[in-house]
Amino acid sequence: MAANGSGGGSDRQRVAQQRLRIIAGHLRRPADEDSAVRAAECKAPQSESDASAEGKTVPRRRQEIMKWNGWGYNDTKFIFNKKGQTEFTGKRYRLSGMILPGLQDWFENTFGASVHHKSPATNILNSSAVQPPNLNEAFVEELKSTGVPFSHDAEDRVFRANGHCLHEIFPLREGKIGRVPDTVVWPNCHNDVVKIVELACKHNVCLIPFGGGTSVSSALECPLEETRSIVSLDTSQMNRILWIDEKNLTAHVEAGIIGQDLERLLNESGYCTGHEPDSMEFSSLGGWVATRASGMKKNVYGNIEDLVVHIKMVTPQGVIEKSCQGPRMSTGPDIHHFILGSEGTLGLVTEVTMKIRPVPAYQKYGSVVFPDFEQGVACLREVARQRCAPASIRLMDNKQFQFGHALKPQGSSMFTSFLDGLKKFYITKFKGFDPNRLCVATLLFEGDREKVLQHEKQVYDIAAKFGGLAAGEDNGQRGYMLTFVIAYLRDLGLDYYVIAESFETSVPWDRVLDVCRNVKARIVRECKERGVQFSPLSTCRVTQTYDAGACVYFYFAFNYRGLSDPIHTFEQVEHAAREEILANGGSLSHHHGGGDRFKIKRLLIKRRRRVGVNDAAVITGCILTSKRWPGHPEPRGEEVILRSPRHVLTASPSRKLMGESSIYQPCTSSANTLPRPYHRSAGPLPYPVFHVPTSICQGKPLRLRTACHRVKLILGLYNVSSVLGPPLGARHCPPTVWLHRAPTSLSLYLHRGHCTQETENMT
Amino acid sequence: MASTSGYSHRDPMLKKRDEFEDLLEERRNSSDLRYAFRCYSPVLYKALSPCTASSLKNMVLRSDQLRFVMSQVCQETGRAVVDIQEEASAILEEMAHNLQLSTVRFFAFTLCKVFKTLFRSICVNEEGIQRLQQVIQEHPVVLLPSHRSYMDFLLMSYIMYTYDVALPVIAAGMDFMGMKFVGEMLRMSGAFFIRRSFGADKLYWAIFSEYVKTIVKNGFAPVEFFLEGTRSRTSKSLTPKLGLLNIVMDPFFKGKELLGVPKPKESTSGLIKARKVLSEDYGSIHVYFGEPVSVRSLSQGKIDRSQFNLLPRHIPRRPSEEISNLVNDSAYRLVRAQEENMVLMPWVLLASLLLQSHHQNQVTALDELTEQAVWLRDLSRQYGAFLHWPDHVPPSEVVSSSLSLHRGLVKISEGRVQLALDQAEQSDPGEPPRAVTPEEELLSQAVTVLSCASYRNQALHIFLRPALLASALHTASSNNKQEVFNSFSFLRNMFSNEFILCPGATVQDFEDACFLLVKTGALQVSQQEVVVTETGHRTLAFLTSMLDPFLQGYQVVCRFLCEEATEALTEKQFVPAVRTFILKLLLAGRLRYTEVLSSDLQKNSLAALMRLGAVRKIKGAEPGTLKVNKVMVNSLEDTLGGKLPTQKAAVARL
Repeated sequence: MAANGSGGGSDRQRVAQQRLRIIAGHLRRPADEDSAVRAAECKAPQSESDASAEGKTVPRRRQEIMKWNGWGYNDTKFIFNKKGQTEFTGKRYRLSGMILPGLQDWFENTFGASVHHKSPATNILNSSAVQPPNLNEAFVEELKSTGVPFSHDAEDRVFRANGHCLHEIFPLREGKIGRVPDTVVWPNCHNDVVKIVELACKHNVCLIPFGGGTSVSSALECPLEETRSIVSLDTSQMNRILWIDEKNLTAHVEAGIIGQDLERLLNESGYCTGHEPDSMEFSSLGGWVATRASGMKKNVYGNIEDLVVHIKMVTPQGVIEKSCQGPRMSTGPDIHHFILGSEGTLGLVTEVTMKIRPVPAYQKYGSVVFPDFEQGVACLREVARQRCAPASIRLMDNKQFQFGHALKPQGSSMFTSFLDGLKKFYITKFKGFDPNRLCVATLLFEGDREKVLQHEKQVYDIAAKFGGLAAGEDNGQRGYMLTFVIAYLRDLGLDYYVIAESFETSVPWDRVLDVCRNVKARIVRECKERGVQFSPLSTCRVTQTYDAGACVYFYFAFNYRGLSDPIHTFEQVEHAAREEILANGGSLSHHHGGGDRFKIKRLLIKRRRRVGVNDAAVITGCILTSKRWPGHPEPRGEEVILRSPRHVLTASPSRKLMGESSIYQPCTSSANTLPRPYHRSAGPLPYPVFHVPTSICQGKPLRLRTACHRVKLILGLYNVSSVLGPPLGARHCPPTVWLHRAPTSLSLYLHRGHCTQETENMT
Repeated sequence: MASTSGYSHRDPMLKKRDEFEDLLEERRNSSDLRYAFRCYSPVLYKALSPCTASSLKNMVLRSDQLRFVMSQVCQETGRAVVDIQEEASAILEEMAHNLQLSTVRFFAFTLCKVFKTLFRSICVNEEGIQRLQQVIQEHPVVLLPSHRSYMDFLLMSYIMYTYDVALPVIAAGMDFMGMKFVGEMLRMSGAFFIRRSFGADKLYWAIFSEYVKTIVKNGFAPVEFFLEGTRSRTSKSLTPKLGLLNIVMDPFFKGKELLGVPKPKESTSGLIKARKVLSEDYGSIHVYFGEPVSVRSLSQGKIDRSQFNLLPRHIPRRPSEEISNLVNDSAYRLVRAQEENMVLMPWVLLASLLLQSHHQNQVTALDELTEQAVWLRDLSRQYGAFLHWPDHVPPSEVVSSSLSLHRGLVKISEGRVQLALDQAEQSDPGEPPRAVTPEEELLSQAVTVLSCASYRNQALHIFLRPALLASALHTASSNNKQEVFNSFSFLRNMFSNEFILCPGATVQDFEDACFLLVKTGALQVSQQEVVVTETGHRTLAFLTSMLDPFLQGYQVVCRFLCEEATEALTEKQFVPAVRTFILKLLLAGRLRYTEVLSSDLQKNSLAALMRLGAVRKIKGAEPGTLKVNKVMVNSLEDTLGGKLPTQKAAVARL
């Protein structure tokens, strides 16, 4: 299995190990080195033991290693000790066990917080506070007979009821538990998922897919209005690499595998995917696909949409997948484009074929100090123009630089601290950089040693033109570390009345500075106007560069002492910040996904006049725009009534799958002119749907010919072969359009092409 | 901020105003030279270092916007790039300011001398200045003074210099530059020059707008311009011009307002209206700096800024409908706010009273005039006038000192006061009276009446809405509220070129007018009826006669168009022709109001008729030939005169 194609295998192994230590040194070592790379059949249905989790990080019972009301591992957290120093507990990370002398000062000065004012979290998960499960007996019975493991245990259920939005974590810390799933199932393979989805359809049960649980778009929240039994479909046990194809450099992987396991297992064979989102320790492959994820090294490896070759998705209508693995096809819209970013509303991704690459021979961090943020952005722009971006290039603003600096572990010797002092002196005094304005770009180079060094020189030369000074590997590495520990730091803040969140956007180059400046300023102003007593931390970094734009990531935090409803205030400020982003030409999300931000979506839709709200309604099925179809002139500036999908469908590790449904997807087309292949993770592209929603018929029976015509108009390229009339006795049911193997590119297996009914009567 | 919603407040008396301080007092007691050479270190926006005039020019010439337009012009005209670049820098050279502190110091010195001799005092509200100073540090600022005299912008800079506030750059008309030496001096004190009309000259427009935007968005200096475009010769607020306002608001919409600012703290773009009033009695000047108005709050919820996301921002395009509506709306709000902060001298009230008694051929006794003035003072205060009436002085003294300050316009003999109409003779007492034609006599009288009217015009905005209602009551056939409203709405529509009336606020204005008249006890308004009270007749009579000259004037213009206008009448010939017609009527004694001779009124009425569609401009043999719809003009005239019910006119309008 090992990669012996070129170079010495042992060498590769060594490099792989080294690489592991460097970037993912914090990742847990496998318990045993049992080769998990194998062509695996689906496990026997009765595998009740945890055998399937061998060598894998995430057990079925997440509570064994993870926090229930905070980020990450149980044994790992930041604490302020009695000596006024900060400690990072545990042994998992490079930073673990170290003392961070500067953090407490930074924390107190930045937020006006004090270590004496604590707001500790409830430690124990009180199972009696959890509502008893609302079970669908028939479903449970049949589920038992399939042999797929499931549980009604309170802890299991609570662990799958939330992602990591502030408004989800905050109540949990206070011990408040809302609606949680009623059942948790752990399918072991694709076929298990097919069975579960079929059963859910049959018994009218709501399914919510759960992957790594790192969602920050409220995707895991159980809808309050949902009266049916909710089943959380945990894909964590579908975590095998099914095969590796060295000829084509692809690997076929089950969608539940989490990032660190995927990388580790591939590394053992001398390969990697190169997809490293900041959440890669816990987030899953299926989740990446469902939210159009992006990894920090996308400049070399590409974003998730560039990495996937083939996707298998289970929908209530059947399984959908392409019939070949050709690298590109021109027959009709790419079916992957509506799977990617569908956030579980269309189906549940079960297996993915991904591109893999040999583990790079050499890796080097670096950093550049710029006199100010403007110069830094200009440099990044030039790097993008010359298309010579290293694997990763990020530009932190001054505040974030200082934040990163506060995370410096205790100097190992007098000599290092002396050197640090000297460096500081050189930059601020000799070069005249203002310590309150300078900013730092962190770099990561990958590849052959020769090429890396050459590449490095090229980038530093460009930086020099913009006043940049090389500032060493250490600063670079620390910059990346910040992003891995930031979620742990949020928990620390929450212990001391500081709430925090991050959000991101993609924006054309000419507006990068405007977005950064205006959004940060808006946050500060909104906080002031909403009575926040202390000045907030509002900071950003440019994290990705593209030909036509960049990705900007914001951190925003404040001390909430004195506020009666901190979460509400926080959300208002966050909403305002997003509004500002949109107003300045940014997108709703670069890689987190749109999620349930319906308010924002409304903003988006309002501005979609150009596309035509009606078309959008039909194409995406989920915006049911009453009184808009057909032929009504589009209302100007009016809000389209956006209803969240009543029968939200299906899965992939972050969204709701319910039975009895048609294919819906939320409408989230971008109103921005984001260049392609541009990354935009708020929802799928508005590509066709295989079902005519009732809105097309205005609740009236529609003549088949008319329906067919309309659908043809919309689907265009697809070969609409037939339109089924309503089944006998269902007069007001819309016709279902079947797409037959529309050209050769996709084979669409409609296992169960029953006509769907919508309970709602549109008027 | 406070005054954004300010003008629709119900009770204008509740408006809080700052105290004034005299600027000249200190000047009289210390050295002007030292003052001129004092250390001047204004706070700038975000503690920015000032930008030199030449680097500003460079920024403009290198901007994407300008480069884009230049290449466009290049393609369209086929001229060489160098050629166009040269033209661009020539235009910029002609336009750009060249603010020099030394010139400002020179002006500060000379103006001190001039002001001290001319004026008793220059009163400024220091709180307003402090507000301004604070806002300047956090936002780019635009100053929008009203324009009543040539002195205005020098005065503004003078005040800014005195209070250590950043000196503004001022948009000025090209006609100033024509004055050789003065032009350059003004340029060096911060003026930049714009051609009065540059129609379709793309390049000029691009340079001009980019120049202003660069200053605004970088916050180099406060930009100052006059919303009304030109100086109001009749002391009446003019309808605002939108071009510059559009330009200064644009950077905010496009999210660029703070480009290149080193220490961003906040991203609002602030728009300041500063208000100033020159009371031209040469006694004292009052300058009132109003509340700052932020563009953000003006546009809150009205503008979808993401509309600019789909086109690169350097490509010029016409503002969308929603933006032009906002700009238009804002412009009216700002002019209204200017009016509200207008400081009125007692003489303005006296002028109104004297003018009315002149029209009624009455001669008022001095004590009677004092009584009327006190009555009017109380009334105008109730209507929210910003009246500078010294309360500790007996009214009779206030009146007589006002009269003596304007002795050129009034004649007091035997305790009776009237307008000094025989001015011409007085001015040449030495020469024997020569024979004057009736026409000459009339014109010389008109000079007095018109200058008196221009004082009265300063107070018009206070009485405007109630006066419209009073006239509506007069013309309406019954007391039915709906009918009164119709007639109010008709008059308001008719006069919206003449006075500042925000478009689309008819109902609001009607309610405001009712509120004021009810408050002062002149009217009783029920659900169905509007009834004049016993005590209200005096108020209503005053209000009606205030508006009457305008009403008559418009009617005369209508009559002219019906009776005298020939087929070939052009827009150019209109004013002289209508003037002859009016003179004839005046001489024949068929018209009382000499002030109808004001060409301002004649032009406004023509504009109103064109807006209503009663007169159209057609492309005849001569450009600008007027085509008159006589039936419609006739019915408008009758409606104005109250001979026709409003309903009909409304129909005719449709």
